Amino acid sequence: MKPFDYLRAEGLDLASQQTAPDGAMAIAGGTNLLDLMKLQVESPDTLVDVNPLSMDQIADEGDGLRIGAQATNTATANHARVRSDYPVLAKAILAGATQQLRNKATTAGNLCQRTRCYYFTNIDQPCNKREPGSGCGAIDGIARLHAVLGTSSECIATYPGDMAVAMTALDAKVEIANGDGNSRTVPVRDFHRLPSDTPHIDNVLEPGEIITGVTLPAPVGGTQLYRKVRERSSYAFALCSVAAIVDMADGRISRADLAFGGLAHKPWHDPRIGELLVGEEPSLALYDKAADLLLEDAQGYGENDFKIPLARRALTATLCEATGVEA
Amino acid sequence: MSAHLKQDQPDDRNVLDSTAQGIIGEPLTRPDGLLKVTGTATYSAEYDIENCLEGVLVTAPFAKGTVTSIDESSVTDMPGVIAVISDQRMTPRAIQGTAGEAPITGVCKVDYWGQPIALVVAETFEEARNAAKHLVIEYDADDDAVFDPQAVEPKPDDDPTRQGDLASAMSDAAHSVDVEYDTEGHASAAMEPHAAIAEWDGDTLTVHASLQMLNYNISELADAMELEESKVRLIARYVGGGFGSKLGISQEIVAGSVAAMELGRPVRVVMSRQQVFQNVMRRSETTQRLRLAVDSEGKLTAFGHEALVSNLPEEDFVEPVLQSSHFLYAGENRLLESKTARIHLMTAGSVRAPGEAVGMPVLEAAMDELANEVGIDPIKLRLNNIPEEHPATGLPFGSHKLAECLKQGAKAFGWDSGPRKPRQNREGEWWIGTGMASAARVHNVGEAKARVTLQPDGTALIETDMTDIGTGTYTILGQIAGEMVGLPQDSVLTELGDTRFPRGPGSGGSWGAASAGSAVFLACEALREEIADKVGQPVDTLTFKDGVVSWDGGSSSLADVAGDEALAKEGHYEPGDIAEDYTAASFGAFFTEVAVNRWTGETRVRRMTGAFGFGRVLNAKTARSQCLGGMVWCIGSALTESLLFDPTDGHLANCDLAEYHVPVNRDVPELEVIMVEERDPVGSPIQAKGVGELGMCGGAGAIGNAIYNACGARLRSFPMTPDKVLAAMPDD
Amino acid sequence: MPLKINNHPYDLPGDPRVSLLDFIRREAGLTGTKKGCDHGQCGACTVIVNGKRINSCLTLAVMHDGDEVTTIEGLGTPTEPSALQQAFVEHDGYQCGYCTPGQICSATAMLDEIAAGMPSDATDDVSGAPTLTDEEIRERMSGNLCRCGAYPNIVAAIREVAGAAS
Repeated sequence: MKPFDYLRAEGLDLASQQTAPDGAMAIAGGTNLLDLMKLQVESPDTLVDVNPLSMDQIADEGDGLRIGAQATNTATANHARVRSDYPVLAKAILAGATQQLRNKATTAGNLCQRTRCYYFTNIDQPCNKREPGSGCGAIDGIARLHAVLGTSSECIATYPGDMAVAMTALDAKVEIANGDGNSRTVPVRDFHRLPSDTPHIDNVLEPGEIITGVTLPAPVGGTQLYRKVRERSSYAFALCSVAAIVDMADGRISRADLAFGGLAHKPWHDPRIGELLVGEEPSLALYDKAADLLLEDAQGYGENDFKIPLARRALTATLCEATGVEA
Repeated sequence: MSAHLKQDQPDDRNVLDSTAQGIIGEPLTRPDGLLKVTGTATYSAEYDIENCLEGVLVTAPFAKGTVTSIDESSVTDMPGVIAVISDQRMTPRAIQGTAGEAPITGVCKVDYWGQPIALVVAETFEEARNAAKHLVIEYDADDDAVFDPQAVEPKPDDDPTRQGDLASAMSDAAHSVDVEYDTEGHASAAMEPHAAIAEWDGDTLTVHASLQMLNYNISELADAMELEESKVRLIARYVGGGFGSKLGISQEIVAGSVAAMELGRPVRVVMSRQQVFQNVMRRSETTQRLRLAVDSEGKLTAFGHEALVSNLPEEDFVEPVLQSSHFLYAGENRLLESKTARIHLMTAGSVRAPGEAVGMPVLEAAMDELANEVGIDPIKLRLNNIPEEHPATGLPFGSHKLAECLKQGAKAFGWDSGPRKPRQNREGEWWIGTGMASAARVHNVGEAKARVTLQPDGTALIETDMTDIGTGTYTILGQIAGEMVGLPQDSVLTELGDTRFPRGPGSGGSWGAASAGSAVFLACEALREEIADKVGQPVDTLTFKDGVVSWDGGSSSLADVAGDEALAKEGHYEPGDIAEDYTAASFGAFFTEVAVNRWTGETRVRRMTGAFGFGRVLNAKTARSQCLGGMVWCIGSALTESLLFDPTDGHLANCDLAEYHVPVNRDVPELEVIMVEERDPVGSPIQAKGVGELGMCGGAGAIGNAIYNACGARLRSFPMTPDKVLAAMPDD
Repeated sequence: MPLKINNHPYDLPGDPRVSLLDFIRREAGLTGTKKGCDHGQCGACTVIVNGKRINSCLTLAVMHDGDEVTTIEGLGTPTEPSALQQAFVEHDGYQCGYCTPGQICSATAMLDEIAAGMPSDATDDVSGAPTLTDEEIRERMSGNLCRCGAYPNIVAAIREVAGAAS
């Protein structure tokens, strides 16, 4: 870990200015950033502790719910309204990491957490995300964790989180402040980027921008599920995960908002799947078609080829569970 | 005064069954327990030593070649940096167990990715860690390193066993299986990283280090440092797990010692978790071929077990995959042969239960396939084939409890011995199935010395350099001495882990309890003799209980017997010629029920029973914990644990505890342990054998067999991760 | 405001790189808190900060101005162990002992979390209050690795104390 200047944020706009320069970073929970700093994957020269900004409230906003950027994962998953109105979010958060980590990890930090690709976290290996132009070690290497959707020849890393997958299914919005008193709102679905030829840029945050919160829309009801497929029964990143909000009316699917983790550089959402499902009677054949859509452009890299059939099965299992289809 | 026994004969006196204290075998809590649960047990890196510097190892970012220069000036001006140490005395590899010497020194020649090449020493850990990342090195990397064991011509290990005609027996048999399995590499992953604090006072090198076998380690370190053993002291009072990874000295110990001697200040070196993974002993991956055949009676006629393992060039260690296959089952036509491929991955060495940990699950999976082929209950197939004597050497077993373990385990588990077919039980989206396997592990003993002193206050003190790596040594040695001289547990103090004490075998190969325990036993026998002399009564008429020695018509407290002077006796146990006349091994059986998710291939162990016979149980609580631990390792090696090496440059990709998946609490259901009553007169003078590894010798096979029974996926590859299960699972 | 560890005040370190874990072990000399991985992957460094369990390796000491930290040494002593500490001894809820302080700090906070009705991944209905099944204990303790494999004994120790408390 390189030496750095440690500053405590004194106001949002000042923090924004302080974190704008190259080499300056914000720290909140620190569970991902300090991990990477110890490995010298991240080596900021200025660290701005944004905890004094106290952006940790969770409060009603209209019919929806606003979750402060610094609300811990624990606070969010344990919030009464999250548990009753947005159970997919509570379940997704609880499926990730451990209680100790969730007690520190924050909403904004979780959105911004970086990939767990073995090559990204080892500074003696090539990685276009960590060091643009150095190559990708994973494509011909150990790619077990890696993406099958939306990859590029530069990077096949995955976004590793669970929370954002549920937020993607919920179509939540990220609030971002830019330091001149202005702010903008970006759907979670558009917050993370695909790697393309700039895999070092994970998301749409510009220098100096600070996430201030995430808003959830009015509750949508339905059956809300989060299925996480992993090697261990706990404390492991997803091989594949599915967040699903599904509702039925008159024997037909009336809502189907799905998002997928562990498959891509971002929580994956394909609007065509919902369009296909809504209005139809639930059936295995229908779910197979949904999987066809999800995976029509999927590409494996040898070691992670298994994710393609696994994603199909996880999708089918989740929809069967949500709609009571016996298979 | 010392009492010496070289065991050439079985000892069936069962002395510990005729003593009066009544604590041997009892499930007493550990005397070190309250220290461990309150954070006051001190591990190697935790000694508060004044003026101590911090060292961080720098490792090679290439697999094979030569470091041509190290630019010390790249870091020496950084804040706090004291020195860069790169010295020919440093060892590039962790040393194999019981080596007793430092076979390879010099860190400039690099043989595997991540090999230590230098140590950066600074005033603080933060300064040293940062500087270590900035040290500039130049190197010539060779481009001919091979990482795939299948890509080189392997060399046969020791003489293979060839009896009869395996090929003919296979073709003539009523039923046979000929199958190939593979197992991935494992890491010990002890929770305490390898750590040392070295101090040099100008005459003697004292090192607090996390080590399992001080008696060998002192020789290794003295050899590496070119010092007399009398000028070296090693201390390891508490060791945060070893599992083979701390048998020999590892790189941080020598590096720290060199630094301390050069700089004249104490130096602490703790490996990072990533360095532990990359440097300290992998269990070799294996490829194994099993050829088994039975006649129409279900008796084995052919037994073939072949293995391919790997290691670095120049390493003597070979994963002894076939170790228990030599004697577990009968069958007159036999072929057992192992080969080693020399490749440039990190050193392969001992990881808990070397050999059986991977050989037994594969053998037991193949036995399941055979039972399935024959249509016989898998327990019956095993019972049919328990040999009367060692099938190759003809030596009798001192004691053999496999049949009892199979029967008692099956009963406790509720094993259904009816016809077995996959996919008979489903609960929701989970297929449920059962599986079983035998357990076997060779029994080892080593030379051991221990001193037992009867103090003037009537309490006893045990001293030996033996270690307690979580195994319960503090507990069982105290129980043996208390039983022998008649003292309750809290009147016996055990001091371990210091080379100033009488020396013993250390912890490894499950040999510590029987060996060090026998040394304590012998010392106590001598003490009893001396006490008999002092009270003027024949020793066999004395009763020792609760600090009092009594005889017909009289008694005396031990404090009175001792008088003003402590009575000290040294016990010296040596393995003798008995191994030329007998086979000694521990046996057991596993039974398990698993659930396999029909959609995702995820497998969860729902319950597991292990029945084990390992001679005398010295403490039913700590022995049970050893069995539990082994069974947890079965779950890990069956389902999740796998070292992933990059095929291009040979680096270990999953070099941390996030991605090398040791089981978590939720992976482990309620586990049942049955300890089958046994006294093995061949095992040791205390009739005890090893138990530290037995619990993981075969259980992964039981889990694999249960996966097949649950969902019909017959996997021939460990670990059985969801992707492999799905690939093998028949369509609905 | 100083950082308090087991009610004893400490000045924050000058080097901001010092993790809370290293601060506890080195500056406070409380080596009961263990370093197993230094990356939040094992739980050996678990301490309780302002009533919540965290991995002390993944936070900087300078970020804990005014915080109240409880380490294993603050929960009990060999002569006055806490109920959980005593139960771990009785049930042999450890072997080598290295993960043990983290396990016990974690379990101590976990029982409070259950009492507060917090759900976990093992809770069937996240909108309702959890019940303390073995599966709940196992999931909630899965952030603390034990390579010796003492998990069944750890669960038994916690179950006993939880039963006594409820």
